[in-house]
Formats: sequence, C-alpha cells, structure tokens
Amino acid sequence: MANPTADKAKPAEVKVDAQPVTTMSVVAPALGWLIPGAGHLIQKRWVRGALLMFSIVTMFLLGLAMQGHIYKPNGGDILDILGFVGNLGAGGLYILSRANDWGPGAIARATADYGTKFLIVAGLLNFVAVADAYHIAIGKKQ
Amino acid sequence: MTITLTHFSAAVVFAFFASIVFGITQRTTPREMVRYGLYCFAMFVGGVLVAGWAMWLIRR
Repeated sequence: MANPTADKAKPAEVKVDAQPVTTMSVVAPALGWLIPGAGHLIQKRWVRGALLMFSIVTMFLLGLAMQGHIYKPNGGDILDILGFVGNLGAGGLYILSRANDWGPGAIARATADYGTKFLIVAGLLNFVAVADAYHIAIGKKQ
Repeated sequence: MTITLTHFSAAVVFAFFASIVFGITQRTTPREMVRYGLYCFAMFVGGVLVAGWAMWLIRR
C-alpha cells in the first residue's frame, strides 16, 4: 500500500536541461564562422548552407566592390570597435581581406559608406548563421 | 572592380540577402522559412519606401 506522507516527503527532482557537448557542436560553429554556410553543409543541410554561403559571401564581396572599409582591431571610438566586431564575424573572409589589405576605406562617395555597412552586416549575419548551425548540432533545431 | 549602387538599389540588395539569412535561421520548416523571408523582405523594402516618403514630406 502506498504511503501518501512518504511520497510527499520526497524532494522534487530538478530537471537539468544541459546539452551534451559533442564534436559536431564545436566543429560546426567553428567551421561556419571560418567559411560562411559551412556549418550547415557539414551537417548535410545542403540547400540552407548553400543559400547562407551565397548570401553572406555575396554581401561581403559587394561591400568590398563598393569600396567599403575593413576595420582593424582598435581600442578607440566605440563605433570603430563595434565595426571591428561586425567585420570579425565574417571569419575567413575577414582574414583574407586583412591579409590582402582590401577595403582601405578612404570614403570618396556616399555609397561607399553603404559598402562599409554591407561588410559589417555580412559579418553579423554570419554570427546568426553560426548560432543556427550550433542549434542544429545540439538537436534544438532540425 | 568597383560597383556604384543607388541608395534604393543598395537597400533592396541589402534586404534581399538579409531576408534569406533571417528566413533560414529564424524558422524551422522550409515553408515557414520562405514565408518569413518574404515577410522580412517586404518589411525592409516597405520601411525604405515609408522612410523615403516621410523624409520627402518633412523636406516640403
């Protein structure tokens, strides 16, 4: 016979919803940061990965073609720091740009400022894509 | 290579690529992704048009 008082005395179990750290949950975001869309491609999300890669890479290249500015690491103006963080999101594209000294950014036209924004937003969109690749890797999203 | 876009075409290109990424990353099923991507694109371009007309009215 069940003892209702004993059942009541049991402490409620606390459910911990911790996600296991798998190899894919580390590799997919890292690869996705380095090569936009690759975090999805490595998880066999071919169409999504290809579309993300196309969108982010094209946006970054358009920014360069519009004479946008690539920010270097800096500790000065807050907008310059944020610009660097945004640029850094593009991963391999940012490294490639810095290595080749692309995007010197002497802004001569109004639309060149759009180029700078394209470069920053391409990096920020890649951060979003990296987070999505992580969510797929841990099974939070299909 | 240098590309010079107009203000409007730059905004439309921006909206196009940003909407693709938002659609893919913010929804789960392919159908919802397409719908949300189209919604984002419409909001981006609609916002540009509304802001453009608002500035035109302020200027007059």
